[in-house]
This record gives sequence, C-alpha cells and structure tokens, in this order.
Amino acid sequence: MKQYDLVIIGGGPAGMAAAIAAYDEGVSDILIIERDKELGGILNQCIHNGFGLHTFKEELTGPEYAARFAQQVYERGIAFKLNTMVMDISEQKVVTAMNAHDGMFEVQAKAVVLAMGCRERSRGALNIPGYRPAGIYSAGTAQRLVNMEGFMPGKEVVILGSGDIGLIMARRMTLEGAKVKVVAELMPYSGGLKRNIVQCLNDFDIPLKLSHTVVDIEGKERVEAVTIAQVGADRKPIPGTEERYTCDTLLLSCGLLPENELSRTAGVELSPVTSGPVVNESLETSVEGIFACGNVLHVHDLVDYVSQEAAVAGRHAAEYIKADAMEKSSGKTIQIEGEGGVRYTVPGFIRPDCMDENLTVRFRVGNVYQNCSIVTYFDDREIARRKRPVMAPGEMEQIILQKKQLQNDVSRVKIVIEPNS
Amino acid sequence: MYDVIVIGGGVTGCAIARELSKFEGKGCVIEAGDDVCSGTSKANSAIIHAGFDAAPGSNKARLNVRGNAMMDELAEKLDISFRRNGSLVVRTAEQPEEGLRQLLEKGRQNGVPGIRIVAGEELRAMEPNLADTVVEALYAPTGAIVCPFEMTIAFAENAYENGMEFRLETTVKEIEKEEGGYCVRVEKRAADQTVTTEELHTKAVVNAAGVYADVWNNRVSENKIHITARKGEYLLLDKVAGNHVQHTIFQLPGKMGKGVLVTQTVHGNLLVGPTAKDIDDKEGVNTTPEGLDYLPDSAAVSVKNLPLRQVITSFAGLRAHEDGDDFVLGEAADAPNFYNAAGIESPGLSSAPAIGEEIAAEVAAKLGLQKKEGFKDTRKGVQHLAELSMEQRNELIRQNPAYGNIICRCEMISEGEILDAIHRPIGARSLDAVKRRTRAGMGRCQSGFCSPRVIDILNRECGIPMEQVRKNSGASNFIVGKNKEI
Repeated sequence: MKQYDLVIIGGGPAGMAAAIAAYDEGVSDILIIERDKELGGILNQCIHNGFGLHTFKEELTGPEYAARFAQQVYERGIAFKLNTMVMDISEQKVVTAMNAHDGMFEVQAKAVVLAMGCRERSRGALNIPGYRPAGIYSAGTAQRLVNMEGFMPGKEVVILGSGDIGLIMARRMTLEGAKVKVVAELMPYSGGLKRNIVQCLNDFDIPLKLSHTVVDIEGKERVEAVTIAQVGADRKPIPGTEERYTCDTLLLSCGLLPENELSRTAGVELSPVTSGPVVNESLETSVEGIFACGNVLHVHDLVDYVSQEAAVAGRHAAEYIKADAMEKSSGKTIQIEGEGGVRYTVPGFIRPDCMDENLTVRFRVGNVYQNCSIVTYFDDREIARRKRPVMAPGEMEQIILQKKQLQNDVSRVKIVIEPNS
Repeated sequence: MYDVIVIGGGVTGCAIARELSKFEGKGCVIEAGDDVCSGTSKANSAIIHAGFDAAPGSNKARLNVRGNAMMDELAEKLDISFRRNGSLVVRTAEQPEEGLRQLLEKGRQNGVPGIRIVAGEELRAMEPNLADTVVEALYAPTGAIVCPFEMTIAFAENAYENGMEFRLETTVKEIEKEEGGYCVRVEKRAADQTVTTEELHTKAVVNAAGVYADVWNNRVSENKIHITARKGEYLLLDKVAGNHVQHTIFQLPGKMGKGVLVTQTVHGNLLVGPTAKDIDDKEGVNTTPEGLDYLPDSAAVSVKNLPLRQVITSFAGLRAHEDGDDFVLGEAADAPNFYNAAGIESPGLSSAPAIGEEIAAEVAAKLGLQKKEGFKDTRKGVQHLAELSMEQRNELIRQNPAYGNIICRCEMISEGEILDAIHRPIGARSLDAVKRRTRAGMGRCQSGFCSPRVIDILNRECGIPMEQVRKNSGASNFIVGKNKEI
C-alpha cells in the first residue's frame, strides 16, 4: 500500500489551502484527492465576482480565486489525483479511492484532512407536496448547467429559499434571459448575505417574500406552476394566503449540508447542530490525526474564511505529522459554549497548550439580533464585549481568543449574545 | 399480424410477456411511458407479501402465495435484488386479540408457510424499535422485499431477449373487434413530441393497463368493470436510517384504518407508507400536505423514534382498485381472445409472477402456441460495482475504465454502470430510466450532483439533443435552450 504523510480529501478551496499550509510547515509528502476534473471545487461554477476581498484585497471571480490557490499547489509540486472518488476512510487512516486510471486503490496516511465540502438540501428533504416533474433543481445544479455547460434549465422561475446560491442564481438566470418571478423564504429573515439581496434581487426588482413557502407543485411532465403561501410563527402555511405562479422551473436554495458520509466511515464524531465534525483548536476531529476544514466542518458564507480556516487545519496536520503537537498537550481541555443565540462554535473545545497565539472562533447566531453585543466570558469573568448593530443567521460571526489570556485556571469559555443596555 | 398484444409494461404486463415469450408466436408489449415500470409498478411498497391478508379462495390469496413461492428461483435466474426479511403485523395493547388470530387463521387457510404469533422478549429482540404499546405480532418468515424496478425490467429484458417486441411511449387509443381478433390503434409520441398513429392487428389482447384497465375491458365487453385510482403516499429515508427495522412492520387494522407500514428496502433505505385515498385523476401522483403529515403519525403507532430528519424523498403511487375487491383475470366471457389482468392492486407485485404464468398458459392454450425451443430463462442485470471485491472491480476497470469513473456519488454508481443501462436490451433513454436500472440519482442528494452528468452521457451516447434529454416521458425535458437564446 502506498504511503503518504498527509492525504487531503477534496481539492476545493479548503483542500488546497490546507495542502499549501501543510507544505509550508515542512510536510511535502502530500496527496490531494479530488473527484472533479480540476482543482477548485464548487468555485469553478461560481463565475460571479466578490471572492477574495479579505485574502487578496480585490474582487475575483470564483474560478480566479481557485486558480490563485491552484497555482500555489502547482508551484510547490504537491501531488493530486483528479476524477478520483474517495470511497472509504478507516480509523487507521487508510483511504480507499477509485478512478478510471488506477482502478480502486488504498493509501495509508499519517494524517488526513477532511475537505469534502457540502451538498444542497433536496426537494425530498423539504417535504414539499405536489408532483415530481422535470424543472425542479437545486440552485447549485442550475448554476452548473448555466455557468459550466451553457444551458438554461428554464425560462420562468420561482426560487424557494434565500440562501446565497439562490440569490446569485436569481440574478444569473435574469441576465441570461429568464424571468425570475419571486423568491420565497420560509424564515422571517434571509439566509443569504445582505449584499447579495441588494445586488441580486433589489437591483433586478425581484420580490423577496419572507415567511413564505411552496405548498404545491403542478405539472406532470415539466413544472407548470408553483403555489406559495405565507407561514405563521410555527412555519406552517396559513390557509387563504396562497398565491399561484405559473412557471416552468423551481430552484431550491434551502440550506447546505456538510457532506460527512466519509467522516462517518472513519468514526469521526459529528455535531448535531452543524452536521460537521466536532473539532478542537487545531481543527482535529475526535479521531486523532484526522482534521477537518471548510464547508465539511460547518457551512461558510465567504470563501476567504474557508481558506483561513483550512490553512490552520493544514498547519496543525503538519505539526501532528512532525509529532510535536502530541508532546505539547498536557491533556487539559476547555469547552467553548455558545449561549443566548449562539447556535454553535467552531472549534468546540480548546487544548490551551496546543493553541496558537490567536485563535479564531467562528459561530452563527440563531435569529436576527439588533443592537446587541458579542460577549466573551472566561468562566463567569467578562473578557471582551463587542457591539454588533445587526447579526443574522446568514452571516458568520467570529471572535479572537488570545493564548496569553487563557493560561490561568479557566475551565470554560462562554460566548453570549447580549442586548446593549 | 401479432398473436398477442399486451397493453401495459408494468410488472403485470412484463411478467405476462415473459411467460408468453416461452411460446412460439409474435407478441408485443405496448407501454405509454418512456420505459417499462413507469406507472404503479414504480411507486409501491416494494414488498413480496407472504399472503395472509387476502380472503381465502380469492384470486389475490391464491396468486400471492404462489407468486411468493416463485420468487427465489426468479430472483436467482433473472438477477433481481430480493430478500426474505420476514414480516410482522403488530397489535397494540388497545386492539382486540382476535384480530391477530383471525389473520393467522386466514394465513393458514391461504397456505402461508411458517406463520406464527410472537410476543414478549422474542418480539423485542427481533425489533427493538417497535412502539412500546405493541404487545404481539403475527410473524411471516416468507414475507420479503424486492426491487420492483429490477423485477419489472428483468421480466421485460428477458422477454425481449426471447423475441417479445416492446413499443414504448405508445398509447392505445382504440381497440375494436375484427375478423380473427382485434385492431389496436396506437399513437406514438417521439422525443421531439411529434405524433404518429398506427393500426396494429392481433389475434389476442392482454389487458394489463393498470388504472386504465377498465377503459379497455369496457370497450370490448359488456361485463363492465370499474377501477378507482387509490393513491398511496410514501416517505423514503436515507440509508443511515435503513436499520431502524429489519422486518416489514405492518399494523393490525384498527379504528384509525389500516395504518402504514415501515420497512427496510432491499437496497437498505427505510420506507414508510402508504396512505390510501381514492381520487378521480388516474395520473394524480402528487403528494399532499395531508398525506405527508399523516405518514409519521401513523407510523408511530408501530415503530418508535423514526428518524424523520433522514427523509430524502416522498412520492405517491396509484393502486388500481376494482369495485369487486379482487383481481379480474382471464378471458372476457363476451370478448373472445381478450384477456384481463385488471384490478391489480396489492398484492399485485407479489402476485405478478403467478399472474404471468396463469394468463400466458391460458392464451397459449387458446391460440395453440407451442413451447419455444431454446427459451433463455436467465438474464443478467446491470453489473453493480458495490457488489464486487476490490480485485473484481479492478479487473472490470482494466477492461472498461468507465467503471472507475463515479457519476452518482451518493450511491457510488459508475459511468460503466450507466453505459450498461443505456446499451442493454430496452435500454434507458431518460434519467428516470437510468435511475431505475442503476440507482444513479436515487440517493440522499436526489440527483443534484449526477443529473447534469447523466444528461451529458445520454446526449453523447444516444445522440439525444441536450434540449430533448428528459426526466421520463412527454415534455419532461431538463434544458430549455442555450444561454441567452431562450
């Protein structure tokens, strides 16, 4: 069986950034395994701009952003296999994969970085009643058809869900000549970035109906009409509020699910909130030497944060391979707990000995908050308080923890959303 | 001139066609969908019932028990995914004891082997996730699960290999008696939606038209039948939930109606359903808010802690319920050489092999058809990689690298398997047809990832223009044009 120091599952933004960081940390025996025909992952179909403002201080398209990282992979001579599907990862870090050239093969890794990304929630998982005709697509599938293949999946469109891909596709379909009639969102707030609502809906006069959902799909062969209705606080449709839209297409942008089937085969513990692995400060999962980053860990809204996070995972994987992480840890751990609207945190716990000088803790809030603060407590002692005029579930939040502050007898870190007095 | 025309390429029509292909003579199956198995046969509980449910002496009872017994050999010869997982009809504390005993007695009269009542620790050991209120169950070891797609397609492919003709996307518009048989007027819709009509002449007609079987019987016979479309809605759960139960769990009918079943499928998903609602529309396969709300509540009567977050799709199928509550089988008294296989509702899938045998024998005897020399009684399905060892897979990939290229990542289906589905007898020409033969698109992402790739493959392999690659039949195209050209 062929051996590698580090095997990275997925050659999207997370996998590439992890590989580059690990290489720069002194580990060069790396294999990236990518299922698509090129590196870059989902960025390759995101041809709109707005990527890389944090990382490169300029606005790039998705493929441009991916190309900059791919270039760094090439320059370092990091090995990668394309068109290759990973089928299994064992707890002993044996990775089983398959492609047309090598057939099915196994490689033994000293460390593994999980960077498989996420998938879109399907119509079936949403329990939408009605017929099952052609013309119902996840927004990402439609994006692939339009942006990579040059084909239009429909002419008259209703979109359910205001996630970022749905908003981007509302604009994209409009620019390509389709009529987007409405975007319906189950929740009383959008799941996407504010800038996308402005640039993709408002600028094109596409109505956004909050607290609405699809209650019927008509059409036995191709979609013919979609009925939406307002929902109450219980998220159930309110009778009498139905509006019928004739259309040939329904796009769904109703949430992304970290794709952790492989993590399960490796015995990695998953969080019921994020559906991603539970990780420590080094982004290491419950299985020693298996790290996770990017959308497989938790769904991000900006790729810049994916790249940053993945670099942390890659660097710690390299340290693990060089075996100094194990030596550093005294075994002490500190839990990070989210309260008062903080749905989860990544990481979920810290080993203070293994921590970098600054640790970014990312999280999402469960509702829209106005005039509130993010307050950090060490045990019951307030450490930091930052005012945030608006927070929403669609925008990831973060705080920075400093190692020097955590050296005393802290047993618990708490992050709380508190109203400003 | 045909000897026999079979109307309907569902499991019943295809089972009859396969049995007919054992005889000399020219036969043809006419199917309105773009593929066999595109009506009731594709949307049901996927169960081979043991046979205790139907009234003793009925067609349903006789053919169910016979059909069930035929399945081991058929599954082996025709390469059909089939497993005897056993079934349990559970009784809750508030239901009367007699109910289960009556069912046991009925099963014995019907000749169901091995049935008995289980309770207590034995029952809990068999199924730890039964609802706490369940006190005992009728256990039928011959109860089984099957892939209804594979079963129907296997019958069709095997019939085809033995000389049976199949006309797909062909709708029967009229049937008239004529000298020496029947004239069947059909309409064929091409992928570009152009329509051509044709008159077919045949000595005999087999009416296996599912929910439309009453239409054709009533056209030629004064013995009118009436079929109601009875809708059944289902939830299908991810394979991670597949082991929630091992057996097929039925409920003893009670005050709340018949209740829904919970079962593992032969491919390892979990299936919950069906509802039962009579509807007017014979194409009304939409799911409803009421149905989707009812299913979890009803399932909870028999099974606890159903992981409903794992639902990956919901669907509805239509049972062809005849007013007389039994299968209507055989030659119509006042329409010689017109044979019915009508009112085929549950246990229709279970009974299909036996119905096929019985109807084909009747037709052959009447027409004086001789047994065919060299009938090929085996058929090999699409080669599923998941069933092979690493060495076997690598040998296959060496011979054909397409087997190393995964197209459907949820079910791990390779390009090689999809090419096989396209290029075999009665090959797939639509995404649903590919799905039913390979399972590509049947997993947790519900074809989000693989559908653009399968569209490309159908375009490349079959020369179907991108704008005409379809989900199934009719105008179910995915692509409406090129960018900026719509």
